Amino acid sequence: MMRDKIIEALQAVKDPEIDSVSIIELGMLEKLEIEADTILIKLLPTFMGCPALDIIKNNVVKAVSSIDGVEKVDVKFIFHPPWTSDRVTDLGREKLKEFGIAPPPRHIAETGEWQADCPYCGSTYTTMENLFGPTACRSILYCKSCKNPFEAMKPVSTLM
Amino acid sequence: MKYELEDALKNEALRDAAVELLFQLGDDDFMIAYRGSEWLGLAPHIEEDVAFSSISQDTMGHAAMFYQLLSDLGAGDPDHLAHARPAAERKNAILLEKVNGPGTYLTEPHYDWAFAVVRNYFYAQAKKVKMESIKNSSYQPLSETAVKINMELYYHLLHWKTWFSQLVSAGGEARTRMETAMEMVFAELEGLFSMGSQSEVFSKHNLIDSEEALRTRWMQMMSPVFESLDLKMPDTFGMESGNGRNGEHTSDLQTALDTIGEVYNSDPAASW
Repeated sequence: MMRDKIIEALQAVKDPEIDSVSIIELGMLEKLEIEADTILIKLLPTFMGCPALDIIKNNVVKAVSSIDGVEKVDVKFIFHPPWTSDRVTDLGREKLKEFGIAPPPRHIAETGEWQADCPYCGSTYTTMENLFGPTACRSILYCKSCKNPFEAMKPVSTLM
Repeated sequence: MKYELEDALKNEALRDAAVELLFQLGDDDFMIAYRGSEWLGLAPHIEEDVAFSSISQDTMGHAAMFYQLLSDLGAGDPDHLAHARPAAERKNAILLEKVNGPGTYLTEPHYDWAFAVVRNYFYAQAKKVKMESIKNSSYQPLSETAVKINMELYYHLLHWKTWFSQLVSAGGEARTRMETAMEMVFAELEGLFSMGSQSEVFSKHNLIDSEEALRTRWMQMMSPVFESLDLKMPDTFGMESGNGRNGEHTSDLQTALDTIGEVYNSDPAASW
């Protein structure tokens, strides 16, 4: 079926800055509309200032266009519903860890504070070094158990 | 009553009001993001460099969202709106266009970190108050955008509040410099809440709460912080250099626009 083929193709489109995780696993796919001559794909951007958005868009067009029978691919970024970090799938969370990035914490304290376990040794004995990391969606932490610096994907929710 | 894009395109008064508000919001973010970007490599330490540049990148992304909404309403190409409009057409508050301090990015930048912290903290809180209000805006695409921006803003506000509290409570030179910076920012802060001649029009279409409601909310959010740091909140805020919402600006804006638009304006048709 066309839908399965497209999902399979999208599964191959990775975040250019975290190349083990696909845009499906990140929960960025919101809508897939298949019409006679056009495939319309609606994606949710993670963070607005993310410079990878254009690259992702081009990679989606490339991946889906290569499917037999697809003539035109239209990719749109939409803001509603907003992307939240609980959209990352369980498989996505595992793959983030493999890449050395702690998945976004599911629990945020009332004070807004949160903590993430070390993706390498699993320890909870970690400290926040910088809420802002090398990309808009990541923070920098340090594991006091295995003495590794690591990154965590920031939790983002509409309750904030 | 909620309006979609199609409704706004059919209702000229609503469209014009939404366009005006979007220019104020977009130009504010555009200018403070640019001033933030000038700090790159100059922040007090490397972690701050990472954080501040990330915040500026987010904020420039928010400006891009507002310019896209403007483009949807027929106001023109987003890149053109960002780079090619003359200073007199800009609607940003003057507080946000002021230089970071003496010198330039390339030559002897003796920027003022206290001013950066106060300006960004007060701005982030004002933007938070506006986004909370706009979440209930009658213009649906705008209220959806506010929800998205609000989630990122959460981290910006947390960041600047931490710097603000730590520097003020440090006492000594840090506190003195922060107090001097606060005087500078309060002297222009009213320009951030001003909607120029449009306040009533925005209210009529239920696009955003009134200036007064936003200012009061801002003071309510700030009061606990001020009290805990033994700071005094002035009763009124100033707008000493003029009202940016009416196209009044300082020469700082022109210099900034010349710099940021230099590459784009060298060949507006080029694809980057």
